[in-house]
Amino acid sequence: MNKQELTAMVAEILGQMGLPEPMVKGSDYRPENPGPVQKDNGFREGDFVPDVTALDLRKLYLQENAADKEGFARLKMKTPARLGSGRAGPRYKTLTMLRFRADHAAAQDAVFSQVVEDFAEKNGLIPLKTRCKDKEEYLTRPDLGRLLDEDSEKMLKSTIPAAPRVQIVVGDGLSSAAIQANAMDCMAAIKDGLTARGIDTGKAVFIRYCRVGAGDAVGDVTGCELVCVLVGERPGLVTDKSMSAYITYKPHTGVSESARTVVSNIHAQGTPAVEAGAHIAELIETILKKKVSGVGLHMEVGK
Amino acid sequence: MAERLCSVGLDVGTTSTQLVVSELTVENQASSFAVPELQITGRQLRYQSEVYFTPLIGEGLVDGAGIREIVEKEYRRAGIAPTDVDTGAVIITGETSRRENARQVLDALSQFAGEFVVATAGPHLESVLAAKGAGATDFSEKTGKRVLHMDIGGGTSNLALIEDGNVMSTSCLNVGGRLVKFEEKDRITYISPAIKELCKLNVGGTATPEVLRPVAQLLVEALEMAAGLREVTPLLEQLSTREAGAAPTPPKGEVVISFSGGVADCIETRKDWRSFGDLGPILGEEIRKSRLCQGQYRLGDHTIRATVIGAGSHSVQLSGSTVLCRNAPLPLKNLPVVQLSDEEQSLASEELARLVQVRLAQQDTDSVLALPGFSSPGYERVTALAEGLSRGFGGRPVYVALEQDMAKALGQAMVLRLPKDRRLVCLDSLKLSPGSYLDIGEPVGPALPVVIKTLVLSANG
Repeated sequence: MNKQELTAMVAEILGQMGLPEPMVKGSDYRPENPGPVQKDNGFREGDFVPDVTALDLRKLYLQENAADKEGFARLKMKTPARLGSGRAGPRYKTLTMLRFRADHAAAQDAVFSQVVEDFAEKNGLIPLKTRCKDKEEYLTRPDLGRLLDEDSEKMLKSTIPAAPRVQIVVGDGLSSAAIQANAMDCMAAIKDGLTARGIDTGKAVFIRYCRVGAGDAVGDVTGCELVCVLVGERPGLVTDKSMSAYITYKPHTGVSESARTVVSNIHAQGTPAVEAGAHIAELIETILKKKVSGVGLHMEVGK
Repeated sequence: MAERLCSVGLDVGTTSTQLVVSELTVENQASSFAVPELQITGRQLRYQSEVYFTPLIGEGLVDGAGIREIVEKEYRRAGIAPTDVDTGAVIITGETSRRENARQVLDALSQFAGEFVVATAGPHLESVLAAKGAGATDFSEKTGKRVLHMDIGGGTSNLALIEDGNVMSTSCLNVGGRLVKFEEKDRITYISPAIKELCKLNVGGTATPEVLRPVAQLLVEALEMAAGLREVTPLLEQLSTREAGAAPTPPKGEVVISFSGGVADCIETRKDWRSFGDLGPILGEEIRKSRLCQGQYRLGDHTIRATVIGAGSHSVQLSGSTVLCRNAPLPLKNLPVVQLSDEEQSLASEELARLVQVRLAQQDTDSVLALPGFSSPGYERVTALAEGLSRGFGGRPVYVALEQDMAKALGQAMVLRLPKDRRLVCLDSLKLSPGSYLDIGEPVGPALPVVIKTLVLSANG
């Protein structure tokens, strides 16, 4: 059905409902009463539109004529869910709509955008890449995102010749924004925590187009006892900056997913990056001591 | 994976002494894929003692040996041994003179209360515990209403203003059921010094409802003033207790009045005026008729037991679950709080170190440094703070409490900067105010139980 047919159909339906034909051409439209004079909204040519993403959703309560505004506001502080957004007729209010679309766009951007070119160099990480040639392939071929390309393998062998106990891997995963916001602060806390516990970490690596499984490939090459992959989580509408840490004891290609210990929700509104780092350092110590990670660790600690 | 703590509350009041045993349930509320987050999820009352008259030596002093006997007997009845007790609070309430020998009482109890996290007295904490024990804070949180809770006991009334479940302010008035006592033939045997000048009664005189009622009315007027229901006169100031500081500031706007304490039992249930040989029944009656009960009011879930239940079930709270504790001899008791402000904690390391040094030098005991901390800080922020603090503490044990979730990272950064054997406790998710004191108990999983107090007994008190 093309656009003309669709318009005709809508007109017909509305006609059957006894409503006036919709004004499809703006020039035909003359309001019967001139509406109220548009008030000066304070905006001038060249001003920026206010940033809708800067509003704290927990404080944004748009319902009009609420019976208990304060009561609802109190409940709203407990959740990032988009509650109490009111309505305009049967639809969202403009602000709700704009914010929703802005958050959705940010989530998409986090997936499709790249971690800045000089990220590894600036932060003293060994720059590696998986076998994906670009973001498109990364998204459609999870298998390739778990394997290091040839150059990266060579680079890894030459820069980390002796097997470290703990190898830290930073990977873009599904959110570049998460890595840029959290990875380095988190890693600094992990490293200090491990140093305080007398545990040696090799030079950390950065992997572009990285899936969690790429850490297993790093395990194959370096022979490390434990790998900790800091990776961007699939973004949602609450935050596009959430990072996870996947810790695997004796990582190697084909290791079972149940052998991974996960710390998720590392972001400013979740667990702060530095605090998560300190927690991860302790977790790594425990895993090295128990010689098991993932479900096995739960069983071991639960004993 | 719930952990259970046995918590004992002991309330040695002006009139009555009671003991409760509670079981606190501590659970990890976070999913297994996130950083743990321990919380107290349950508070179950396991045992309530009978209500004893507080054993006294003469009119002023509490009989430590008598209290000890009560505790011994009640532990036996409750089927617990002192070693079963994880935490708890001893609250010694009432008029000042009674507190003078509080230290001796605690010494007499040391074998039973030795592992208690807290042993304290003070009108602020009493008010908070009574409000929590009576369920007034829960009511406020659930309904969103502002509540003024009044725990009207024998000698004093502890007031707490609550908003959204949080106690905003407290105060204490010399209003209670046993400010006047009389014996069998209605002969008045005791009139509290607090009201001696305000009434025409005399010891040895005859008590009748007619002479007691004006006294009760006067006391109720003071409560009405404190609730913002009557214009404040010097009476309010006269009836304010000395150690509670200033007279209560009446709340503005609508509040729900909530009652507990022994007198609360006489508000809705009419009792014979001679029932207890004191002012209680008539005071309760007058409260029922007063402005306090004209708007919305509620009786506590517990009345005479509110404070002791508060002490048993609500005195302890948990720190954040990512914290750091090294070499510290737990439990730690009565650490005075030294405060750093938002601006002060942001000073450059060197200045911060100097400031911390000066602040700590003003204390003659080990202290806990309380600061707001930073929300999701960068690691440089953490190391700068660690640098300043570890130098500022000098050779002292390092005890730090933050509001923001960053204690483990900060603690770890300090470990790298301190000698290996230095005592170090770094906690978060705690809001402390200056002038308060902190007790820290043995860890529960990754968290540490703490009690925040506002007044401790002096060492020679």
